Amino acid sequence: MASSETDVPVATADTSGAPVADPIVRMEAVTKRFGDHVVLDCLDLAVRRSEKVVIIGPSGSGKTTILRVLMTLERPEQGAVWIDGRPLYHEVRDGRLVAAREKHVRDVRRAVSMVFQHFNLFPHKTVRQNVTLGPRKALGLGRDEADQRARELLERVGLADKIDQYPVSLSGGQKQRVAIARALAMQPKVMLFDEVTSALDPELVGEVLAVLRDLAQHTEMTMLLVTHEMRFAEEIADRVVMFDAGRVVEEHPPAEMFSAPREERTRAFLRAVLPR
Amino acid sequence: MSGLTPAPVVAQGSPPSTWDWEFAGDILPDLLEGLWVTVKLTVLGISLALALGLVLALLRRSRLRVVRWPVGLFIDFIRGTPLLVQLFFLYFVLPDWGIVLSGFEAGVIGLGIHYACYTSETYRAGIESVPRGQWEAATAIHLSGRHTWTSVVLPQAIPTVLPPLGNYVVASFKDAPLAATVTVLGVLGTAQRIQGQTFRGLEPFTLAGLLFLVVSVPASLGVRYLERRYGFKRD
Repeated sequence: MASSETDVPVATADTSGAPVADPIVRMEAVTKRFGDHVVLDCLDLAVRRSEKVVIIGPSGSGKTTILRVLMTLERPEQGAVWIDGRPLYHEVRDGRLVAAREKHVRDVRRAVSMVFQHFNLFPHKTVRQNVTLGPRKALGLGRDEADQRARELLERVGLADKIDQYPVSLSGGQKQRVAIARALAMQPKVMLFDEVTSALDPELVGEVLAVLRDLAQHTEMTMLLVTHEMRFAEEIADRVVMFDAGRVVEEHPPAEMFSAPREERTRAFLRAVLPR
Repeated sequence: MSGLTPAPVVAQGSPPSTWDWEFAGDILPDLLEGLWVTVKLTVLGISLALALGLVLALLRRSRLRVVRWPVGLFIDFIRGTPLLVQLFFLYFVLPDWGIVLSGFEAGVIGLGIHYACYTSETYRAGIESVPRGQWEAATAIHLSGRHTWTSVVLPQAIPTVLPPLGNYVVASFKDAPLAATVTVLGVLGTAQRIQGQTFRGLEPFTLAGLLFLVVSVPASLGVRYLERRYGFKRD
């Protein structure tokens, strides 16, 4: 965090295209660079409570970085991020917004969890231990309560019978479903899905999408998904955001995005990825 | 070759040394006592090394440069100087500053610090072998720094480096006789004493070598067992 007070837009007026009342996630003028490469270019993005937002765009456009900034895996150089009404990287001290201490960041971050492209399961732990580790160590749940929660969630993702297996004995699709259960066990308000089907063999994609569909349709959880599954995006998204070169190109409800995109860049991208 | 007389095996003038079972039996209890000292010294020294090595490895990853730097320098310094010098320093120099150690204490601390600097590099390699995604997953389930280390990183880092750590256990056992220079008579020092008193070297030194084997071979097998027991397959 190199930002000083002057970088922080304290004004709460929403400057992005579609005004969102009481957003659970708000990014304001967020800039992230890797060396000379600007990955997020003064990005504004707001997400409503329980909204399902799908982010699409070409590889290397910075989509994943949006999620990583929200999970604090990358720290932005400039701008402000608000999670559930609280600034993630800043805190108010002496009536002014200043760079947050680590403790504050950890505290605000608790509303968020994430599922990764490459699952990142803990290979030395069983499925049960993978799912109960967070609840036990970070949420302070007792063994029985954490176990109960793990069983319910594994039931939900269809893997109750794998509870005592190690990740190495699972297929890619099964691993990803365990990873989803592991994140759900933290009961986050905001769940981030980073290309969660991209590392899977084609025949295993369906079982993971089925779990995501279930979550999108039957939970109040806010979901941000980066994906290349356009049909799936069309089906579950409340809003699709086209992202390129560190900026939002346009954002619409899925029907409009896929049938009548306004920007040429979006049309070119969709022509390339959608089957005719 | 046939028809030639074989060359004499032993130089003229000195009687050929032949194995004397009775003498060997007589000196065995002394040698076993020496072995016990060597084993105690090694176990304490390497325990210190395994614990301190982990601490050094963690300090070397500190966010603070004022911590990282001196620790790195210290490790390179110790690795760059012989154990013998370090033992002499602990035993002969520290008393000048009011720190008086027994020979055994100096041996344990010397062995411990010396091998800690090697094991710390091994731990570091193990820690670096844990993929970044594991740290990120720990963040995504909100583990504290401490739990990230104890539940995610170290349980994966340490099993992968058990073989090299085990090699250091065996190596430190073989280095333990150096403590004889600071008055700790282990098995080899005892053999040397016997040779000095009786002018017979064959039995004491052979037995000392065998006794080293008796300990280090099972120790190596034990290390291999630990590898199998605590190993796991990565995805």
